[in-house]
Amino acid sequence: MAIKVSMKVNGKPATAEVEERTLLVTYIRETLRLTGTHVGCDTAQCGACTISMNGKAVKSCSILAMQAEGADIMTIEGVAKPDGTLHPMQAAFKEHHGLQCGFCTPGMVMNAIDFAKGHPNPSEQEIREALEGNLCRCTGYHNIVKAIGAGARAMAGK
Amino acid sequence: MGAPLIGARIERKEDYRFLTGAGQYTDDVDLPRQSYAVFVRSPHSHAKIKRISLNKARQAPGFINAFTGEDFAAAKLGGLPCGWLITDVDGQPMKEPPHPCLAQGKVRYVGDQVAIVVAETLDQAHDAAELVDVDYEVLPAVVDGSKARAKGAPQLHDIAPNNTCYVWAIGDKGTCDAAFAKAAHVTKLEFINNRLVPNAIEPRCAIGSYSRADDSYTLYVASQNPHVERLLMTAFVMGLPEHKVRVVAGDVGGGFGSKIYLYGEDVAVTWAAKQINRPVKWTSDRSEAFISDAHGRDHHTVAELAMDKDGHFLGMRVKTTANVGAYLSTFASCVPTILYATLLAGQYKTPVIHCEVTAVFTNTVPVDAYRGAGRPEATYVVERLVETAAREMKIDPAEIRRRNFITSFPYQTPVALLYDVGDYNATMDAAQKLADVAGFASRKKASEAKGKLRGMGYAAYIEACGIAPSAVAGSLGARAGLFEAGEVRVHPTGSVTVFTGSHSHGQGHETTFAQVVADRLGIPFENVDIVHGDTSKVLFGMGTYGSRSIAVGGTAIVKALDKVIAKGKKIAAHLMEAAEADVEFQNGAYTVAGTDKKKMFGEVAFAAYVPHNYPHDKLEPGLNENAFYDPSNFTFPAGT
Repeated sequence: MAIKVSMKVNGKPATAEVEERTLLVTYIRETLRLTGTHVGCDTAQCGACTISMNGKAVKSCSILAMQAEGADIMTIEGVAKPDGTLHPMQAAFKEHHGLQCGFCTPGMVMNAIDFAKGHPNPSEQEIREALEGNLCRCTGYHNIVKAIGAGARAMAGK
Repeated sequence: MGAPLIGARIERKEDYRFLTGAGQYTDDVDLPRQSYAVFVRSPHSHAKIKRISLNKARQAPGFINAFTGEDFAAAKLGGLPCGWLITDVDGQPMKEPPHPCLAQGKVRYVGDQVAIVVAETLDQAHDAAELVDVDYEVLPAVVDGSKARAKGAPQLHDIAPNNTCYVWAIGDKGTCDAAFAKAAHVTKLEFINNRLVPNAIEPRCAIGSYSRADDSYTLYVASQNPHVERLLMTAFVMGLPEHKVRVVAGDVGGGFGSKIYLYGEDVAVTWAAKQINRPVKWTSDRSEAFISDAHGRDHHTVAELAMDKDGHFLGMRVKTTANVGAYLSTFASCVPTILYATLLAGQYKTPVIHCEVTAVFTNTVPVDAYRGAGRPEATYVVERLVETAAREMKIDPAEIRRRNFITSFPYQTPVALLYDVGDYNATMDAAQKLADVAGFASRKKASEAKGKLRGMGYAAYIEACGIAPSAVAGSLGARAGLFEAGEVRVHPTGSVTVFTGSHSHGQGHETTFAQVVADRLGIPFENVDIVHGDTSKVLFGMGTYGSRSIAVGGTAIVKALDKVIAKGKKIAAHLMEAAEADVEFQNGAYTVAGTDKKKMFGEVAFAAYVPHNYPHDKLEPGLNENAFYDPSNFTFPAGT
């Protein structure tokens, strides 16, 4: 059965018919063709699919598209400024070499931005705990932790 | 030009797209009229397939078609080849049982693919796949490599009695046994180097498509080596000419070895695309990856180290059983032999080494190269032996290593390799300084005062990387060359596109290779772009594994750059009315020694493409050079 879903995605209204069983990540990737949100597992462990829903970091593989009805969604494609200038968190990942293959990166950045809002000057311990739901297979996390600290401070204007 | 770019701290070219969601991984590719494939996989580790019924699946909504091993056999598709022939101790070739893309008659591990089901949507493909009815006769299974040759063990392949692929050995057993006979002390250990699942964060993905317009195929696939994938698929499995097949491996989310191989799924989507005349997309899910990506390691080893009374190594004996899984994956045979036993000298001048490796088939996922591929397994054996020996003989573990370090180079090991250079005392010194070994005793005391334990252990490793000199690899059984190719395409205004057969799946070649190119040509880093991962763009390539990208792929690029510079010199000599021998190239400028004559690289490039004033009698227009590089030896990175 198809059902109509409407939400705001990266500042623009988006409406489409989807099957009820459609996951939000499938809607974002397949229907909206915003492929920066990735699927790395089927157990909600890897966090590559993390997006922002009403300002909170959410794993988009773990909710249905219809549960996001009326929500304000931001994906990795909506994070940089419209002119392409990187968000301070994205810039911090670039500066601190916080990525290698890039597959986990969008989820890392989306989670980090949400985390940084409540932690303007996070400790390494706080960052590592906040990363519990995001897996990276390449880096060993060291530079991701550095990047998130720097990005959080940059977001807070420090 | 400023400071050299090689080694400079620089932001990566590829990061902007990865950070903004603009990467193009295989699953991000969607083709017009695309269909979706799901594989039906065996739930049994060993079973006869009595019957496969597709009747119910055919009735499912959105069902397009489904194929089984019988269809593949009828289409005369070959099995998946193994790229390395190992010769048994008795001079016989290893046993290579058929490795069909879809199981034929029997399944041999949980995950073995039985059928491909294609439907309009992914959900419909899943639903239809659930309706495929497979009647199995379950057989007893063996999964433990050390039990595969036991009497009465279930047999996997008719052509491999006792589940044995090969028994292979290196070194002189007689001399080795003699060394042990006069030893003052022998350290003996038994190890299990456990099996693991590589688990790249990006699951495997393959999209096959076929064009009737020109009878050609395109395969988008998460691969570390698209040209190798094409070569194996066309020449060995599908019987197609290579120019009719394009393989594209764009952004790849990590490989760790698991994306080197040609998999049955890759062939299946490509072949099915022609059958249904529509693109066919398959994306592995994570659970599926656990039972379908080639696994790593899985060694069972007994090893002995013989020493004199002062801890000088006299000889090493190693017996390993390597569990290669149910079938031979692409490079499975060379990992526990050529890439393992040859590293058993480690950093030490052990005069004699004998190693025997028995490769066995079991009812498990095939095992192949994973991170280091054989070499870390060797380091584990050597360093556990050495560390244990030091403790048993009450010699300081650093001191026993120093007593045995190779200090003179080049050094011919007793296990085939020729180490070019190394300074193992220097790396040991550095490690001891970094770890503050001198302060360990007081740290240990402080820990004990708090009721805690503190320990320290050493490991000194060496790898043979940059795989490999083709002739050496060939003499050891490789069925492929192991060179690399590169092309430097200079554009009329002096910017450069470089095409490399190496493949980046996280390594950052677009940045590191551009650093090399910009330095060599003396042009801005921004004026260089690196292209990889598409057989229709890159002339050829052997791909990325075994730490070979910069050592082999980078050198191919440098060779091509040198050809560009040399041709540029001829053009510059003509433009400056000087003898070619008097022209020098440095920092992006051609100059004539002893004069103020100067032509920038960009000016020379422009002259090559707008050849009005040009030595047409001696030189073709244009500035575009290819090079192939075949290394003369491995590289030997080492450390403590």
